[in-house]
Amino acid sequence: MDKERFKQALAKASRAMYRSLPIILGIIILVSLANVLVPKSLYTLLFKGNFILDPFIGSFLGSILAGNPITSYIIGGELLKQGISLIAVTAFIVSWVTVGMIQLPAEMMLLGRRFAITRNVTAFFLAIIVAILTILILTLF
Amino acid sequence: MKTKNKEQKKKTIEKIKPKIEMSHNQWYFLAGAIILSVIVFLIRPEAFSQSFKFFLSILLKIIPIIILVFVLLIIVDLFVTSRILMKYMSKESKSKVKWLGWPVAIIAGIISTGPIYMWYPLLSDLQRKGVRDGFIAAFLYNRAIKPALIPLIIFYFGLAFTLILTGVMIIVSIFQGLIVEKILKIKFRR
Repeated sequence: MDKERFKQALAKASRAMYRSLPIILGIIILVSLANVLVPKSLYTLLFKGNFILDPFIGSFLGSILAGNPITSYIIGGELLKQGISLIAVTAFIVSWVTVGMIQLPAEMMLLGRRFAITRNVTAFFLAIIVAILTILILTLF
Repeated sequence: MKTKNKEQKKKTIEKIKPKIEMSHNQWYFLAGAIILSVIVFLIRPEAFSQSFKFFLSILLKIIPIIILVFVLLIIVDLFVTSRILMKYMSKESKSKVKWLGWPVAIIAGIISTGPIYMWYPLLSDLQRKGVRDGFIAAFLYNRAIKPALIPLIIFYFGLAFTLILTGVMIIVSIFQGLIVEKILKIKFRR
């Protein structure tokens, strides 16, 4: 392998990581704060069993919260046990990973403001559509 | 043809200029997050203590991913040349292989690990190399599908739900990619 070429690639990767590390650290701080400050019991108060509103609220909650998808499955599973509709829970777990309000500043800085906003807004509405489609198909079987 | 290429390069440089001149925004962002946690520490020290433990646990988990992303950045720079990417995923690609960009983006999104923000540097690099915005959006959307977590989803929601949700999300990711590109084009023309 060309030594010079490797050195160049190494320098480029180092620069990219140097630019990204403060953003990554900042996000982990915000995610950690949100994980502790947002009470889990709040979720059950928000869902009222409305077919239209519930997935909207689910998608909204999943968008503003962040963290490991495992957390969203656990919260989603608990919400189901509390009697929250599957459609709302689906929108919640989909938007949890596909929309990232906390990560939005980082996404805007690294991928461009217009791209990040467009992607997140469309992902928010698509989470509702995915939830509706999934439940509709599920009821067919 | 040469003039066209030159114009294209000029446009690309203009496009990436603001990103190169990102200045110190990332440090302000980190400072803001630290200030916020200091405020939480002053108001609710017990919550701060919990969140700090959580912060450390995430940090320990992501260190190997940071190393992996760093290695991938080098590999991408060495082997994934602009020419190859343009062939499969560029905006200008007119050949039949252009459609391979979707499965490539979908599979890459599914097999990628770690938090979403860990992949921004790599994606930013790919974006600069001319990869279509739609493919990047599809990659990010498919990050929601994690093979390692499928047993957990099945445990909570059942096999049928898991399979249907996965299928719907893969299809919707392509639509999202196309919608994102359409919207960006409309705004760009204005």
